[in-house]
Amino acid sequence: MKLVICAGPATTGKTSVLRHVIKKLLERGHRPAFLKLDIQFAEEDELITREFAIPTRKVYSGELCPDHCLVIVLKDSMVWGQKTGSDVLLVETAGLCLRCSPYVEDGLGVIVLEATSGMNLPLKVGPMLTLADVAVVTKVDRVSQAEREVFRARIQDVAPAVRIREANALYGIGLGPLVDTILATPDIGDTTLLRGSPPAGSCTICTGAREIGQTSHFGRAKTFDNGLTYEGAR
Amino acid sequence: MIERISVLAGRGRRSEADAVPCLEFRMGDVVSIVGQTGSGKTTLINDIEMFAAGDTPSGRRVLIDGEPAPAAFRDDPACNPVAMITQHTTFLSDLPVGDFLHAHARIRKATPEEMATAVARTLDFANELTGEPIAPASRMTELSGGQVRALLIADATVICHTPIILLDEVENAGIHRGRTLALLRQHRKIFIFVTHDPNITLLSDYRIVMKEGRIAALLPTDEIERSLRPAVTGLDDMMSRLRDQLRCGQRVRPSDLDALRPAQLRSFRE
Ligand SMILES: Nc1nc2c(ncn2[C@@H]2O[C@H](COP(=O)(O)OP(=O)(O)OP(=O)(O)O)[C@@H](O)[C@H]2O)c(=O)[nH]1
Ligand SMILES: Nc1ncnc2c1ncn2[C@@H]1O[C@H](COP(=O)(O)OP(=O)(O)O)[C@@H](O)[C@H]1O
Ligand SMILES: [Mg+2]
Ligand SMILES: [Mg+2]
Ligand SMILES: [Zn+2]
Repeated sequence: MKLVICAGPATTGKTSVLRHVIKKLLERGHRPAFLKLDIQFAEEDELITREFAIPTRKVYSGELCPDHCLVIVLKDSMVWGQKTGSDVLLVETAGLCLRCSPYVEDGLGVIVLEATSGMNLPLKVGPMLTLADVAVVTKVDRVSQAEREVFRARIQDVAPAVRIREANALYGIGLGPLVDTILATPDIGDTTLLRGSPPAGSCTICTGAREIGQTSHFGRAKTFDNGLTYEGAR
Repeated sequence: MIERISVLAGRGRRSEADAVPCLEFRMGDVVSIVGQTGSGKTTLINDIEMFAAGDTPSGRRVLIDGEPAPAAFRDDPACNPVAMITQHTTFLSDLPVGDFLHAHARIRKATPEEMATAVARTLDFANELTGEPIAPASRMTELSGGQVRALLIADATVICHTPIILLDEVENAGIHRGRTLALLRQHRKIFIFVTHDPNITLLSDYRIVMKEGRIAALLPTDEIERSLRPAVTGLDDMMSRLRDQLRCGQRVRPSDLDALRPAQLRSFRE
């Protein structure tokens, strides 16, 4: 089974892209399955089952960072995908935490960015972009050729190795080659590792502390003047 | 350098084959696609933008210089020879116009002089297209609909190096159509207009007529139509002037309808 992890900020067009991918995979005789990971609400699984009658699931990350949650549930989702007899597992994550990135070594990492988010966005999304294999830029139908080209150049500046696909995900324009790339990805092995290590270990805020102010926290912390400090357990 | 693109026939919504087995667009052509709403105009230019290879609902195939599009056209957006401007296309940036054009020119042009020239030429071009001059210091977000269209077309023509430009119903907002076509003809590119505008249609070299999703006919602008161009452009310009006058709070007088005078029409017949 092949694994595709598709991340990207909210409403950039992840589902629209994956719908066209699913359609094209089915046309070529493949058996895709779909997993949606979100924080507290998602209905993609139901919509996609209704449209394509393929196996779908969803997981809510709730109080966890969605990327951390995915790391934990990914193994079980692969077992699930295999059990349903699928040959491509497509995972749509919420991808809201811009310090983490959800990609694993053997799978294909796809980030979906929208051209309408302004020319500086590629400079802001961090490892979610730099550790991806493919960056799909959607909504190119909405922006000027100029902004489209500047957006593309900025992705290339921060992530020179990432392949860029520009797409109008409403019509599926530009998505054929993404399907070729997915099908050229090797099957996933039994053990798989995250591509990058998620940042700063035990974050006191992640573990539930609510006091504000630097003196209330330990581990690696930021200071007001953009410094980084380390403090052992208080 | 691309010399021609061809569209091999597919079928329309009712599975009837396109009437033209092979449409050929050559460098320098200005073409219109006409037809009622829902007749398949957008679908046809989407086929071109996607380099359709029998993999779109129409089943059409697009060839570049007689061959299927090289993988690089689909693979590397920087090699894509097609620029498309639709009714929904707009600028998002709120930079001043001059800064914005520089940001774009920087990724295309090597030297500061080339950049400055490209920006100046783009602004001049845009200002020829619209009656409301664009100042380099005005912010992108302050531009009117007509100024935005003019700048979109000028930027795609001058700074982008794409040899094929698709325009999907962009003519409505206040741009000067006669002058646009004359200016575009100075650039050796393929311009394909999806249009409802009679002036643009007649100023094109030929028009493709769409019906029920199908290419129904290819009509070269014939000699009689060509001889009517000045009259139609005159009428179009007259309507633009009327629009401007009324917008500026002026009165309209019979002399403003000069283009309607029979004497003029007669002179075109000769
Ligand atoms: N014009 C245009 N609209 C698009 C395009 N891609 C997506 N959209 C629209 O953008 C909106 C959001 O698309 P989705 O596919 O739901 O985005 P998403 O990333 O899955 O959103 P979440 O899962 O809610 O984060 C929808 O209204 C889509 O129709 C595109 O290429 N062009
Ligand atoms: N050759 C074709 N085969 C199948 N469906 C088509 C074809 N051409 C157009 N359609 C469908 O017809 C509808 C209207 O087409 P569109 O290209 O948007 O028309 P227009 O731009 O002329 O208003 C769309 O839903 C489109 O998918
Ligand atoms: Mg979604
Ligand atoms: Mg249309
Ligand atoms: Zn995180």
